[in-house]
Amino acid sequence: MNLLNKFKDPKLCLNILEQVKHEIQGQFRFMEVCGTHTVAIFQSGIRTLLPENIVHLSGPGCPVCVTHDREIAAYLELAEKNVIIATFGDLIKVPGPGGRNLKMAQAEGARIQVVYSAFDALQLAMQNPQDKVVFLGVGFETTAPTVAATVKMAKEKDLDNFSVLSFHKLVPPALKALASDKDIQVDGLLLPGHVSTVIGLDPYLFLTDEYNMPAVIGGFEPLDILQAILIMIRQKSQGHASVINNYKRVVNDAGNLRALQVMREVFETSDAMWRGLGVIPESGLALRKDFENFNAFIVHEQDLPDVKNVPGCKCGDVLKGLISPDKCPLFGIRCTPASPVGPCMVSTEGSCAAYHKYSI
Amino acid sequence: MCLAIPMEVKSIEDNVAQVEVGGVKNQVRLDIIDEPAQVGDFVIVHAGFALRRIDRDEGLETLKLFQEGLGLELVK
Ligand code: SF4
Repeated sequence: MNLLNKFKDPKLCLNILEQVKHEIQGQFRFMEVCGTHTVAIFQSGIRTLLPENIVHLSGPGCPVCVTHDREIAAYLELAEKNVIIATFGDLIKVPGPGGRNLKMAQAEGARIQVVYSAFDALQLAMQNPQDKVVFLGVGFETTAPTVAATVKMAKEKDLDNFSVLSFHKLVPPALKALASDKDIQVDGLLLPGHVSTVIGLDPYLFLTDEYNMPAVIGGFEPLDILQAILIMIRQKSQGHASVINNYKRVVNDAGNLRALQVMREVFETSDAMWRGLGVIPESGLALRKDFENFNAFIVHEQDLPDVKNVPGCKCGDVLKGLISPDKCPLFGIRCTPASPVGPCMVSTEGSCAAYHKYSI
Repeated sequence: MCLAIPMEVKSIEDNVAQVEVGGVKNQVRLDIIDEPAQVGDFVIVHAGFALRRIDRDEGLETLKLFQEGLGLELVK
């Protein structure tokens, strides 16, 4: 058997599962903070195999799901201005105030173009010099460097028709907000594999230093996930916590220094609003003054409109792990993947969407 | 957003690599990769940019896993 097939080997997985059952003492609530983990945990059936005294929660790890209503409202307003909106496809179905989304705006004539990368948006601007192109920037530390590199290129090319509306968010400050929230009670965190590829290990150390909370960077195969759970259980029973990189085949402890440097050159941290979690200090990325010609807030005089919450949607409680998706009164009735009420049901990586797909 | 299927680097010109997986061809930018990639290497791609170079062997093995999981023909 080759090396990586082992990550799916049912016998090995069952062995680890047995070890988990053997070693566990007490009740634990673990949370994964990456949408890809959420999907992997459902797909592999791990959720149903875990002993009952482990509750596995899905945290705020889907960039679309944490995009705030007010941010969606800003996108919708911008779409009304005479610009071409370039966006990742995930965003166009996210309902904003009154259930309106970018797809509806498009049907009504707004110029909205789905792109695969920020660089595609830049090319769109180059091909349409008479138009203003705005790229909608969402995503975590994995996406932000790609957008930063694109903004740098726009500056080098001296483009005057390209800008970015940045709602990028940073994972560690959100984890800090979760760890310090007394209501939430998380005993350990399965850290996101690909965000960690960029930021490395250091930004998570506060979790163990300040909160004594086990934290494991894990891959997406069943064995990866089970190993991470076992590591967290062992740390719990030994009463000490550390950050472990259990995904060394992809994640370097130091992260991707080049990506980090480009990101810091273009962006500075700012406060950001997260759906369900509220304002988290220093958890967003805003374009630096040097790049203000590419900042859509300034170029298009866009602000963050006030909005009323989507009535009934419990995404906030779901993202904090306070309730499971099926406890939302709208789940599966008024809110389905075909007709989502909240963003957790929109993205395939959202908790509600994963829950809906694999539990019904 | 993060499904990181490794893609094989087929050619490189300036800062752009032609990459391929399972017959799907794509262009990715190399502006933010930390170790320079060469033809024959695999890269993890995120939103049109290569994020990390991975070993050819590891790349091939990972693809085999995706192949099983997704029922796609990615590697022979
Ligand atoms: S089921 Fe729908 S309405 Fe309820 S929390 Fe999830 S996304 Fe929001």
